Amino acid sequence: MNTAINLATLRATALVALAAASMALQAATIGIVAPLSGPQALVGQDQVDGFNLAVEQLGGKLGGQPLTLLKEDDQLKPEVGQQAVRKLIEKDKVDAIVGLSFSNVLMSSLPRLVESGVVAIATNAGPSPLAGAQCKANIFSMAWQNDGAAEAMGKFAQDKGLKRVYLMAPNYQAGKDMLAGFKRFYKGQVIDEVYTQVNQPDYSAEISQLQAAAPEAVFVFYPGGMGINFVKQMSQAGLMGKLPLYSVFTVDGTTLPSLRDAAVGTISGAMYDAALDTPENKSFVAAFQAKYKRTPSLYAATGYDAAQLLDAALRIAGGDPKKLAAAVKAAGSEFKSVRGPFRFGKNNMPVQNYYAFETWRDGGKISTRLVGTPLSAHADPYGQQCPLN
Amino acid sequence: MSISKLMRPATLVPLILFAGLLAVPILAQAAGELFWISFFTRILIYAIAASALNLALGFGGLVSFGHALFLGLGSYAVALPAAHGIDSGWLHLLLSLGVCSVVALAVGAISLRTSGMSFIMITLAFAQMGYFLLVSLKQYGGDDGLAIATTSRFAAGVDLGGSLTLYGSAWLLLALLTGWIAKLRQSPFGMALRGARQNARRVQAIGLAPRRVQLAAFVLSGAICGLAGMLLANMNAYASPSTLAWTVSGDLIVMVVLGGMGTVFGPLLGALAFLGVEEWLKSYTEHWMIIFGPLIVLMALLGRGGLIGLLQRLDQPLAAKAAPAPPDAVVVQKGHV
Amino acid sequence: MSATLLLVQLLNGLQYGVLLFLLAAGLTLVFGIMSFVNLAHGSLYMLGAYAGALAYGATDSFALALLAAAGSALLIGMLLELTIVSRLYRRDHLDHVLATFGLVMFFNELVRMVWGPQPLFVQVPQVLDGTVNLLGFNYPAYRFAIIAVGLAVAVGSHLLIHKTRLGMLIRAGAQYPQLVSALGVNIGLLNAVLFGLGSMLAGLAGAMAGPVLSVQSGMGEPVLITTLVVIVIGGIGSVKGALYAAMIVGVVDTSGRVFLPLLLRQITERSIADAAGPALASMSVYLLMALVLALRPQGLFPARRG
Repeated sequence: MNTAINLATLRATALVALAAASMALQAATIGIVAPLSGPQALVGQDQVDGFNLAVEQLGGKLGGQPLTLLKEDDQLKPEVGQQAVRKLIEKDKVDAIVGLSFSNVLMSSLPRLVESGVVAIATNAGPSPLAGAQCKANIFSMAWQNDGAAEAMGKFAQDKGLKRVYLMAPNYQAGKDMLAGFKRFYKGQVIDEVYTQVNQPDYSAEISQLQAAAPEAVFVFYPGGMGINFVKQMSQAGLMGKLPLYSVFTVDGTTLPSLRDAAVGTISGAMYDAALDTPENKSFVAAFQAKYKRTPSLYAATGYDAAQLLDAALRIAGGDPKKLAAAVKAAGSEFKSVRGPFRFGKNNMPVQNYYAFETWRDGGKISTRLVGTPLSAHADPYGQQCPLN
Repeated sequence: MSISKLMRPATLVPLILFAGLLAVPILAQAAGELFWISFFTRILIYAIAASALNLALGFGGLVSFGHALFLGLGSYAVALPAAHGIDSGWLHLLLSLGVCSVVALAVGAISLRTSGMSFIMITLAFAQMGYFLLVSLKQYGGDDGLAIATTSRFAAGVDLGGSLTLYGSAWLLLALLTGWIAKLRQSPFGMALRGARQNARRVQAIGLAPRRVQLAAFVLSGAICGLAGMLLANMNAYASPSTLAWTVSGDLIVMVVLGGMGTVFGPLLGALAFLGVEEWLKSYTEHWMIIFGPLIVLMALLGRGGLIGLLQRLDQPLAAKAAPAPPDAVVVQKGHV
Repeated sequence: MSATLLLVQLLNGLQYGVLLFLLAAGLTLVFGIMSFVNLAHGSLYMLGAYAGALAYGATDSFALALLAAAGSALLIGMLLELTIVSRLYRRDHLDHVLATFGLVMFFNELVRMVWGPQPLFVQVPQVLDGTVNLLGFNYPAYRFAIIAVGLAVAVGSHLLIHKTRLGMLIRAGAQYPQLVSALGVNIGLLNAVLFGLGSMLAGLAGAMAGPVLSVQSGMGEPVLITTLVVIVIGGIGSVKGALYAAMIVGVVDTSGRVFLPLLLRQITERSIADAAGPALASMSVYLLMALVLALRPQGLFPARRG
């Protein structure tokens, strides 16, 4: 591993020296598309903040080139996102696009990205079609393949020996994917699989059903405001502490400040949490808290990592845009991610660890701690369908 | 149309805009800024959708809060056949017009049994039902949407997926539509429709059937909106249930009212203003909504008749102060001073 | 499906209905009496939730939080009425839609700029933070508080409209505004007070919802649509209608969500039931509304006129 890094660094330095001679101070233009308004604005904000922190630490440069960062708000609307991507590609002529919001926005922008060949690094999604047959050489996910965290929770539940689990998710694509991912690794009995309305405010009826079913544990996927609503209401029904709650994307860095005590005892599956005890992460969390006065969430981590990745990739590509896609893929194995081991699979999806974190009371503060690593260096199951090599 | 009529701001400005829009692809290509072609294509498509809504809302007084349904159905009328490899533009066209007409007939027949706020809500309900139905269809992408692999192909190599072809088609369609609506406004059908909006009883008294006229207008409106949806699908190479969100219906209503309800050129101005100002503000700040919101409020407070109304007031500045002439008769309000 | 579960779900439906009623009451008054389509009602709900959350965080008194929410919503409502709404009465409903659409955008962005995108944390008040054992189920005590507040609002608004001088003036002003004005009543102020009252109810609903739901920018829009459905089913202008319709909508929505998937599983195979069930459940409220409007367009309990 060390020799590989040394060789790569040597190669990168040589390339940079050569490129620098011929290209002087050429700026890198990166576009970041994220939901900056609306109910998921915090997710977008975290990604942008994470990215900006990394750039600041790199002296305002990526790959040695001064950086121009263009932010676009997709408002979590696929059409607006597509428009923003078009603008970045055609008008601003960016070198790469980062972010790309949620799966639906990413998928709608796909034709544009494929057609133009611009390098795109998603930091918040990894839809299964993109991981499988529709994989593309210039499109990467820096975050996760959508099923990953749920698979980890399924394995965690299986390893714990749980026999009877109740599943809940909102009734849209991601919800169905999460529950499917959970069931892929959990082999016990699924008492019921409940799909609720998207953005449903009140879960009292579902919570009553849940109580009546009396499972050993419940696994849910409720992102954003839905998660806050659900966990709050479950806590008020007195179920916290009595019924183990396993979740993905429900209790995370963005929702924990609003939930506080209500979330104590819940177990979340994710590829990152501020509680991870690696030197890269410790310094990242400290720097993020110093600058933004809040704890980074996994979205901030993917933003931060994306900037680091681009930095390494731009150095490898040496200013040649045609080489950037391959450089990104190579850089995946070379840069140090805050989440632990990381590399790209052949379908440009992350191969990484998925952890289980528990929310607990650390003295007076509500905090998270690592309670397991159900999946290590886990590749998604869709890779075989991908024709890339 | 006489020259003096042509020279009035309310007619001249939109005509100049039309000409300007025709020049956009030429200028954009010359400057190498291809982004503007897709930007204005989107405006043209929404102008078509808004014109369609204007037919029902502006002329007919039928406030449909569910026109996004037709926009969405039109785009899925392209996406679903394309998902099975069928790329014939004629089939897409037939499907989008046909499906939207049938759905509009059903929706209109039921909704027209009500009026006022109830009509608004029932049309909203239908759009919401369409939205939830499409979101739950996993085999066609559901919430993630459906990518369109093959865009609409017509004879002689005309492929709506090509940006210039699409722009030209959209512009042509809007121009033809606007001309047709101008004629329709003064035609017996159009007069009956506008009459039904103002006083349905009188229209009935002279022997016409207001309900039937309104239903016909609603169906036409839905079908044309479906056409806009077909163009939208070709532009995005993508169909998504989010097109049916109630906020999209709201946006369309805002565009129609902003431009000037019941006028011929209103929808074009409304779409241009709404989408144009939005884009312009976005380039300055990410908090653009805090400026855009009050601007819309201001428009509502000022404009009798929206942007076209403003242009019409430029026409007769003194006369306007004495006796304001709205483009259509003021709807009689109930009870309030 | 036991009988106790059935009863508990009924209670869930009623309680959700009461939450809807809190919002619907204000909106139906404003719409019915002033004939003003107020899409910004959801924004007033949001502002009330924020005011309540902030006041509660600062003072640790939930009663004070409710007062702050109601008060600030009242003031903002009256301000809006005096500056914007009053100029639009004579206009088309669509101008109302346009203006309030702009207001929604403005308030959503304002809240986001001032307090950021992070949802606010609201603690459930200590005294209500427990569960009640109901028929073997643990039922959150706070929900009973919501029901209590809702019923209080229902009774209170009935008393206000029918038993006080202010209510009499409001009813008179709705029917014969010029006459009321000629009798020396400041009709402009009366309208402002009425609009403020409607807004106050929305703000109160927001504050009550704070501990249960996520307090963030844009929280008004999802509930706004359901509220509009409620007032249309109930009959525009009728607070009594809003109460009954809210209960009906709450029960239908809850039952649909819970029982439809189960019902479908008996009829068709699991995968179809799992896909169609939630979709139909989402549509159930709209189907109900379409049915009501088709059969009785003026609503189930329309306000009596004259």
